[in-house]
Amino acid sequence: MTVDAVIVGSGPGGATAADVLTRAGWSVTIIEKGRNHLIDPDNPSRLAQDYSNDEIKFMHRHFLGPDPLIEPRTFRLSEDDGERSYVGAVNSIPSTVGGGGTHADGKVPRFRPEDFRLYSSHGPVDDAAVADWPVDYDELEPYYAEVERLIGVAGTAGANPFAAWRSAPYPMPSGAPMYGAVLSSAAAEQQGLHPYPAPTAANSVPYDGRPACNNCGHCAYFGCPIHAKGDPVAMLQHALSTGRAELLSETFVSRVNTNGREATGVDVIGPDGVERTLGARHVVIAGGAIETPRLLLLSGLEHPLIGRHLMMHFQTINVGIMPQRLHAHRGRSVTHVHDDCMIVDDGARAAARAAGLPWIRGGLVEHGGGGHPVMEAQFYPWGPRHRKLMAESPLRDRLWAFIMQGEDLPQATNRVDLDPAVRDVRGYPVARITFKPHRHELVASAHHGPRHIRVLEDMGATWTATTTSPLVEGAVTNSPFGGAGNNYRGPISAIPASRHVMGTTRMGTDPATSVVDGYGRMHDLPNVVVADSSVFVTSAGYGPTLTLVALAARAAAALAG
Amino acid sequence: MSPVPVWLSDDEFRTLSAACARMIPADETAGAVEAGAPEYIDAMLGAFLVDPPRIWAGGPSSGRFGGIAGFSRFHQLTALDELAWRMRIEGSLGVAEREFNGPVIGWQQIYRDGLARLGSDFSEMSGDEQDARLRAAEEFTALLYEHCCEGMYGAPEYGGNRETVAWRAIDFLGDVQPRGFSDAEVSEP
Repeated sequence: MTVDAVIVGSGPGGATAADVLTRAGWSVTIIEKGRNHLIDPDNPSRLAQDYSNDEIKFMHRHFLGPDPLIEPRTFRLSEDDGERSYVGAVNSIPSTVGGGGTHADGKVPRFRPEDFRLYSSHGPVDDAAVADWPVDYDELEPYYAEVERLIGVAGTAGANPFAAWRSAPYPMPSGAPMYGAVLSSAAAEQQGLHPYPAPTAANSVPYDGRPACNNCGHCAYFGCPIHAKGDPVAMLQHALSTGRAELLSETFVSRVNTNGREATGVDVIGPDGVERTLGARHVVIAGGAIETPRLLLLSGLEHPLIGRHLMMHFQTINVGIMPQRLHAHRGRSVTHVHDDCMIVDDGARAAARAAGLPWIRGGLVEHGGGGHPVMEAQFYPWGPRHRKLMAESPLRDRLWAFIMQGEDLPQATNRVDLDPAVRDVRGYPVARITFKPHRHELVASAHHGPRHIRVLEDMGATWTATTTSPLVEGAVTNSPFGGAGNNYRGPISAIPASRHVMGTTRMGTDPATSVVDGYGRMHDLPNVVVADSSVFVTSAGYGPTLTLVALAARAAAALAG
Repeated sequence: MSPVPVWLSDDEFRTLSAACARMIPADETAGAVEAGAPEYIDAMLGAFLVDPPRIWAGGPSSGRFGGIAGFSRFHQLTALDELAWRMRIEGSLGVAEREFNGPVIGWQQIYRDGLARLGSDFSEMSGDEQDARLRAAEEFTALLYEHCCEGMYGAPEYGGNRETVAWRAIDFLGDVQPRGFSDAEVSEP
């Protein structure tokens, strides 16, 4: 049997493509290498009951995958490190039905117009492949509006003075602000910043047959037990309900087959370990910016830019310990953000000039609290002070943080390729990540970080610290959360902690400088469409989900004609 | 439940308990031993002695705040997950299927060796001597502490945090589905 499209990956990109294509009458097979803990494929109105408020399962035992023992990745800062310097978990965005959407706390900001034309707006930067996108904001806006309705986004139009125009209000009002965010927003405003309720894919009211969020506090890194989160569940439900979509979980795509001119389908290995070939008129790839280029390389596709220009947001983490308890374990992990550090103002221009750079841009700043008690306990030293520290809770219940998701400039040397020796459990070469931030990120971090320390002090912080992820030589850090240098253990290390992975099959009009066109179609194989953040040309400073979903909807609409 | 310890020997369990007591000693509230962290670690090392193995508790709620007691029903593992968790806990043991990237030393071996290194007389030593031995076994101690914290502050269904004693001591409700929190509880002090 030959289906209209095989879709590799069931995360936000793949699910959106499935929704749009099945609506257009196409038959699709969605293939996911991870397990299905989300939805009954035979009765998509039935959602699974497997997610829970369980820190052990979600944060310490790889429930959403990938398990680094059977699906490791490798890492090195540069070729100077030899073949690799680390084997294990590298940017483990979930590998499960629903993909990265299942674990995120659902902040889904749009990009702004200048984010799509960084070269035209700000100009080139040495040693970075700054370029414009082949699509602009005005073209993408209707798709942003459509996918906000599909996913279900709560937000407050007009609250962010830097926001781009929008054709429709948010489908839902913003949910309850967290107590800590009420305090941090007030203090940030005093410093001239412009905090606003984060556009969030968590229902503030019942929506599309799913309930309102009940503020359980287990949001970031956890699957939603009541399915109030706008992980791609809605799109999967729509697609499966048409009867034209099939969902194969625990099924690994090992190869995209081609006849030299176009793709003819894929080779897969099912849960029984048996290999077979599926025929398809189109192949949509949405495995994320690490697994997508890995699959293209495993398939022997040879465009020299496949895997290159990998981008991962450079996080600047400013934390303060407050005199009062902030109970950040209630609510949606992050309810407020601000865009100020994305704006190239006089201060940013001066800091750039002083560092010999033409310009710098930071990123979205998230206002958030501490994590969960097992992780907190592991931060404190063992011994007689442990219980006292846990009871006082400086690093959880009294912690407040500003995390800037800094724009990471595209560099051809930052890349995904196939590790020459390390294999996954099925015997295939794993993805090797070679990654080192550009100096731009360090300068932007050093410029925008200190301002947030002042906000924390205005909030009443008795102690503050700054660190970055990745930890790199030359970046400001005095944090208790991780070691220095090339340490690969713990949450703060030389491996970027941000799950925002982008680039690796960048889009463009010129086949010499891009892998796919403006609709995600591979220049060399136009019936292969990339529908995830791999196509991003630049990383902006915003979480990639809504933009990749809007692009996937647009690509799928173009495919269906 | 089988009698404790399920996987370690009685002597090893005694050493483990003494080590956990140094890591998270009791003050006016329970420490790691009173909370059952050693039982958590022993249950983890013996996860495959029961079916389904005690790796992932079920959902969507524990029953502590209403809803069903889903945490007490553990997930069945797929063949690949069983492989991964057997590699992690038992090690590769020379089995070809587990050595696609070379041999893997499992937690069982790490605990056997680590506890032996602390010494069979560990539980009778002075606190200072115990701390010195723990610090001398740095790598093992780091793993032990990680697990000790999990056993202390994880959900009770995994064998530690007895009757949520550790959560109550830090004023943390734990898993709150399906109750959740009201908007006022989120937004107000």
